[in-house]
Amino acid sequence: MSKNIDRREFLRRLGIGAAAVAATRLPGCTRASDTAGAYSAQEPIPTDSMTYRTNPHSGDKVSLLGYGCMRWPTIAGTSARDGEDTIDQEEVNRLVDTAIAHGVNYFDTSPAYCKGKSEEATGIALARHPRDTYFIATKLSNFATPTWSREASVAMYRDSLRKLQTDYIDYMLLHGIGMGGMDALKGRYLDNGVLDFLLAEREAGRIRNLGFSYHGDVEVFDYLLALNDRYKWDFVQIQLNYVDWRHAADVNPRNTNAEYLYGELERRDIPAVIMEPLLGGRLASVPDHVMARLKQCEPERSVASWAFRFAGTHPGVMTVLSGMTYMEHLQDNLRTFCPLKPLNEDEMQFLYDTADMMMQYPTIPCNDCKYCMPCPYGLDIPATLLHYNKCVNEGNIPSGLQDADYARARRAYLVGYDRAVPRERQASHCIGCGQCAPHCPQQIDIPGELHRIDRFIESLRQSESV
Amino acid sequence: MLRKLRVTLAVISITLVTLLFLDFSGTAHRWFGWMAKIQFLPALLALNAGVVVALIAVTLIFGRVYCSVICPLGIMQDIFARLGRTRRKYRYSYSRALTWLRLTMLAVMAISILLGIGAVVALLAPYSAYGRIAQSLLAPLWALGNNLLAAMAERADSYAFYSVDVWMRSGITLAVAAATLAVLAVLAWRNGRTYCNTVCPVGTVLGYVARFSWLKPVIDTTRCNACGLCARNCKAACIDSKTHTIDYTRCVTCMNCIDTCRHGAISYARRRATATSSSTTRGKATDAQRRSFIVTSAVVGAAAALRAQEKTVDGGLAVLADKKIPHRNTPIVPAGAHGWRHLSAHCTACQLCVAACPNGVLRPAADPARLMQPEASYERGYCRPECTRCSQVCPTGAIQPVTREEKTAVQVGHAVWVRANCVPLTDGVECGNCARHCPAGAIQMVASDPADEKSVKIPVVNDARCIGCGACENLCPARPFSAIYVEGHERHHNI
Repeated sequence: MSKNIDRREFLRRLGIGAAAVAATRLPGCTRASDTAGAYSAQEPIPTDSMTYRTNPHSGDKVSLLGYGCMRWPTIAGTSARDGEDTIDQEEVNRLVDTAIAHGVNYFDTSPAYCKGKSEEATGIALARHPRDTYFIATKLSNFATPTWSREASVAMYRDSLRKLQTDYIDYMLLHGIGMGGMDALKGRYLDNGVLDFLLAEREAGRIRNLGFSYHGDVEVFDYLLALNDRYKWDFVQIQLNYVDWRHAADVNPRNTNAEYLYGELERRDIPAVIMEPLLGGRLASVPDHVMARLKQCEPERSVASWAFRFAGTHPGVMTVLSGMTYMEHLQDNLRTFCPLKPLNEDEMQFLYDTADMMMQYPTIPCNDCKYCMPCPYGLDIPATLLHYNKCVNEGNIPSGLQDADYARARRAYLVGYDRAVPRERQASHCIGCGQCAPHCPQQIDIPGELHRIDRFIESLRQSESV
Repeated sequence: MLRKLRVTLAVISITLVTLLFLDFSGTAHRWFGWMAKIQFLPALLALNAGVVVALIAVTLIFGRVYCSVICPLGIMQDIFARLGRTRRKYRYSYSRALTWLRLTMLAVMAISILLGIGAVVALLAPYSAYGRIAQSLLAPLWALGNNLLAAMAERADSYAFYSVDVWMRSGITLAVAAATLAVLAVLAWRNGRTYCNTVCPVGTVLGYVARFSWLKPVIDTTRCNACGLCARNCKAACIDSKTHTIDYTRCVTCMNCIDTCRHGAISYARRRATATSSSTTRGKATDAQRRSFIVTSAVVGAAAALRAQEKTVDGGLAVLADKKIPHRNTPIVPAGAHGWRHLSAHCTACQLCVAACPNGVLRPAADPARLMQPEASYERGYCRPECTRCSQVCPTGAIQPVTREEKTAVQVGHAVWVRANCVPLTDGVECGNCARHCPAGAIQMVASDPADEKSVKIPVVNDARCIGCGACENLCPARPFSAIYVEGHERHHNI
């Protein structure tokens, strides 16, 4: 990766680019369309080869690739979590149609996703297909304290049914169990009778499967599983990937290894739904040397495919969720799962070693889920953390003034920072009020990390070499 | 040949001086910063005797070459005159010197400097007039061009270019620059160097020095057939072809006449003193000149936060109101300026410091007493500890050079806390962003209720340590008015 293009080189390339543009406009040069076609040299994706897993509780045949509906595309061509643009419904329809045509039948949404717009968009796209050809998963996302009452929570559930244009939910989840510890669990679901209400709905058939998604405090996870005989969880959603398998605590001291979580579920024969198979995209965008290592093994497969195969190889996994914004992501994932080529033991070991290597790089475990946003003081928290991670991955964190590469790395960090985050939304404006921290599923000490990054940036700025 | 040499030097000169106003990265200053310091008036105000003596000496040898190859405003007028020439070639004619006007303007300048009427000095100073044009009118275009390259660089994953803010620092300065440009363009287009020979005080001073120059264009009367071509091609309107005389106080030594003469009657040679002005004028002139020196030397020697929102969904950015400028009783000027009165007495409002400020802090003032002279405000950025650029570039000594270390010990102002805006009190959250970023360690957070150690913490400022850099004001979360702002010091204190 040549990030260190100097000014002269840049201008030279600009000139070549301009010349190239000029050249393609020459009359008689008609190869443009041919070359565009040449990029799709890979074979078409089969429509009948999706790998399915059976839910032992309901007998559902669920596609191993599930569609995460938290990153629908906008008309501006970005993910709906970023910016204020509206969701591009036509593109959503196209993505859903393509997914269903290739066998995907599990769609996972929430009232909180895409700033509250995900369920509606998902509902519109799915209502165009027969209701019995797909499964809808949504959640009771009663995070905010005003929604902790039974009435508000039930209203949220009814609202989900309405927006999804259906009278039953296939997979219903208590959302984000473990965030806020036992207190939040009691406040949101136990003391107000909301869980009893959901159990009754399952009894009535309006909820076909009841489960929960888990982040953070493992005490809550253990507590709910211990009561499995009473609640009969039909499925549980956990974070699982080859880094979190054994390094969850290294990524974040308060996280629990996926190996443990998965083991607990498998022991009770509860199917696992996998979220964050890419660790928030960080297993798709890896440090350069890790990328080379993975590609060397499978030059024609994407870096991301390794993480999906890792998650899918575990037999107790019912489906692996991926929030696919772009058609290319969907296509790449379909290639991985149509059908899944499970990893053998050597390949598993290869990924564990890769995870060990990655842990030597001190990135912040931000998955860009944007639960922390909006920051009431206007910061762009994920963009600041991700820029830091990007610079770690690209080797643009100078270790000190003696670093031979200091000036270049400093410039790359500071110029890139201003590009990634407007000045008035940068880390220097974090007042440490701490309102973001409880929302972070990764339990990052956000103010602490922002202040640390700010001190680092301040040291870079002050060491202007003149 | 001589004309070509003059044109070449002039093009190089104006390019480099202009670059000083356009280049925001500071690179041009490292190499060509001296170009601003050899300008006559800035050197005079900076009491830079070496440069003033050298310029006088150059004028005594070569005539008013300063006006042709060093002064950017003069060169700019030549460019407009040149554009005008494409319409009609020989369009000038001899006119009598407006000696009274020239001396009046010189006197006005001298008195203004003496009384410290900065606005008049700023308006009359030729280099500063050019600086304003470059900074207000050209620099935004330059920056936009740069931002275009930066956008392309971003796509190419290159860090070669970075984008900069383009913002209007002062409407008045922009208007003055535009008016100056319009007037000069018309004058130069029609009549060449009218401004230089009627208004410009530097032109007047150097003009009277140039009368005694060793080398000057002289007319060989034995060859001259009084065709008058030279006079019609003289943009200074100083050749009287009927009497074969040249008014050397107005001649800017452009060498055009030498190239124009078809008989080789004009040459750049040793002087044959043929004074055109009367002896009384000469007396006045030298007096005025002397006066201005004395005068200038004497002067120089003596002189509401966004409330926290309950989170229901994920994503999105909170709306941020733009920061507004608080009312400051005393303006803030950068370290090295010693206070706004000292700055005012030396500054010619050339905008070089404003152009050089990388943090969006300096901008021209609108106050009539300090019209177009720099002042600081912190709503876009603050005076960063590692930056001393304004003090390095100032050609007039209005902002004297300071090192980074010296700067940390200069108190340009002090921070004032505004209880009504302070976020811990209005929103009930922890903050301390001012204390966290204070480079002088002048702010501490203390319990707002002295009786209750656990009450929310508010900042207290140690005036003895505060240097007025504005980090607290700029990084305060309260908007549009910060809960802590800097009040300037009339005279800077040293810790």
